[in-house]
Amino acid sequence: MKLLMLEVKDLNVAYGNVQVLWDVSLNVAEGEIVVLLGANGAGKTTLLNAITGLVRPLGGNVSFLGRDITGLPPNEIVEHGIAYLPEGGRLFPDMSVQENLEMGSYLKNNWKIRKNRLEYVYNVFPRLKERRKQLAKTLSGGERQMLAMGRCLMSNPKMGFFDELSYGLAPKLVKEAFAMLKSLRDLGLTIFLIEQNANQSLEIADRAYVLENGRIVNSGTANELLHSDHIRKAYLGL
Amino acid sequence: MKQSKRIAKYILPVVIVLLVALMAVVPFFTDPYKVVFLRTILMFVILTLSWSLFSGTTGYTSLATAAFYGAGLYTTAYLGEKLPLPLMVVCGGITAFALALLMGAITLRLKGIYFAIFTLSSVELIKQVLHWYEINIVGVRGHYVTRVNDVTVYYVLLVITVLLVLTIYLIKRSRYGLALNSIGSCEEAAAHIGINVVGLKILAYAISSFFIGMAGAIMATGMLYIDSYVAFDLNYSFFPTLMAIFGGLGNILGPLVGAAVFTYLREILITKYSYHYMLIFGTVMVLTILYLPSGLIGLAQNIWKKLTTPAPTKGLKTEGGKHADTSC
Repeated sequence: MKLLMLEVKDLNVAYGNVQVLWDVSLNVAEGEIVVLLGANGAGKTTLLNAITGLVRPLGGNVSFLGRDITGLPPNEIVEHGIAYLPEGGRLFPDMSVQENLEMGSYLKNNWKIRKNRLEYVYNVFPRLKERRKQLAKTLSGGERQMLAMGRCLMSNPKMGFFDELSYGLAPKLVKEAFAMLKSLRDLGLTIFLIEQNANQSLEIADRAYVLENGRIVNSGTANELLHSDHIRKAYLGL
Repeated sequence: MKQSKRIAKYILPVVIVLLVALMAVVPFFTDPYKVVFLRTILMFVILTLSWSLFSGTTGYTSLATAAFYGAGLYTTAYLGEKLPLPLMVVCGGITAFALALLMGAITLRLKGIYFAIFTLSSVELIKQVLHWYEINIVGVRGHYVTRVNDVTVYYVLLVITVLLVLTIYLIKRSRYGLALNSIGSCEEAAAHIGINVVGLKILAYAISSFFIGMAGAIMATGMLYIDSYVAFDLNYSFFPTLMAIFGGLGNILGPLVGAAVFTYLREILITKYSYHYMLIFGTVMVLTILYLPSGLIGLAQNIWKKLTTPAPTKGLKTEGGKHADTSC
């Protein structure tokens, strides 16, 4: 059994009186790509926000590498080695490519090694090096995706959370984005991915969970889910 | 090309040093009126630069400048006779710093227009509470201030300005400067990266207010009498904001030039067209916002670009404003 990276136990989350997540439990082991599938409004982003500290859960707990991180503010959670790529990348549009990347190593320990990290990221995404002085808002869709991923890598994370990687991208770029994700895993990053695009995400994932109306309704290896009737009907349209 | 860039790197510091040296000797050569006038300019430069240190970078429009300025004025009104001058100025800064910490802690979770409105009304709130306190509890309205001569006030303001520019420069070069910009660019992403956004905003707000408070503390010595209506005048909130927009947001030079030119214009208009000055002034502001969205500095940069780029080719515009969506 590989090292357990993330463990979520009986997580309940509510916005005011409206409960969004009910007893969600899941885990991710080191080096895995795990995908969370779910339709719009299933609570996927809420789950991510609860893990990364933007939303305080009602109950349950989240532990990362054996340490309890439930309810910590996001800046402390990042320090544990978690990087989060929000839906649509959320770049800093008025800052240059390089500044965007440098912001990824904002935390004190990372700030000292940002030159090394920058070199590393430019190696992974040479295109970003060519564009390092351009403002982020002038990049193309694919380049933005690279920049968002590069910014994640700047904090030297152990685990990356990716919210709707395929959001707003042309089909060809979606394929590229997933390929990039796979190469990030090969570089040693553990990956937790949220997706509506079941077909392509299951192709690169090791395991998957299915979230419906705030509850985990199905889980298994990617292969199992690709062939389960429920998934084929609800998400693959077969 | 490279060499010209290297020279350009040194031009600005040299110009600044020369300017400061010039400002330092001016009182020996000019008449008292000009010193008072330059004093007003320096005061607005401090207010505008401080305002833009926080609001220009983070995009949170603060209209509480008058509150911090007033806090400085009142500090002098109460402590002025008991403390030596430098200590009194620092005390004014500290009062404003503390006030900004408090207000920031309460309001910096608000966004956009809500923050602006809260800061605006906070000035009025402080003014009225202080007024009520003086009338009903103290029994005396306002306070007399011991005057300090104009030249001293001028030099203190010059020192504050230099310190402020230095502070802004150091912050800009540090990771906190980038972090403040990133909050202005996309606060959500900034939080995800691990920036303590609320903490950083409050701290930046307090630091910028510190300088506003110091300016208030020393300016109080130029007045004879201070009450809450004099001290917490909303114009001190509006002018710095307008001046920064007028000069151009985003760097040190914009607010600096904006404040200087704006104050100069205002002085001329008041003395020469005292009846129509607000009318002319308003028109100038509207025209600025319509046609000079990057302010005076933006205009200068555009002209410079046109002069230095030989044959401008179409479609080579560097501003990405129209490209795709600019939201984060």
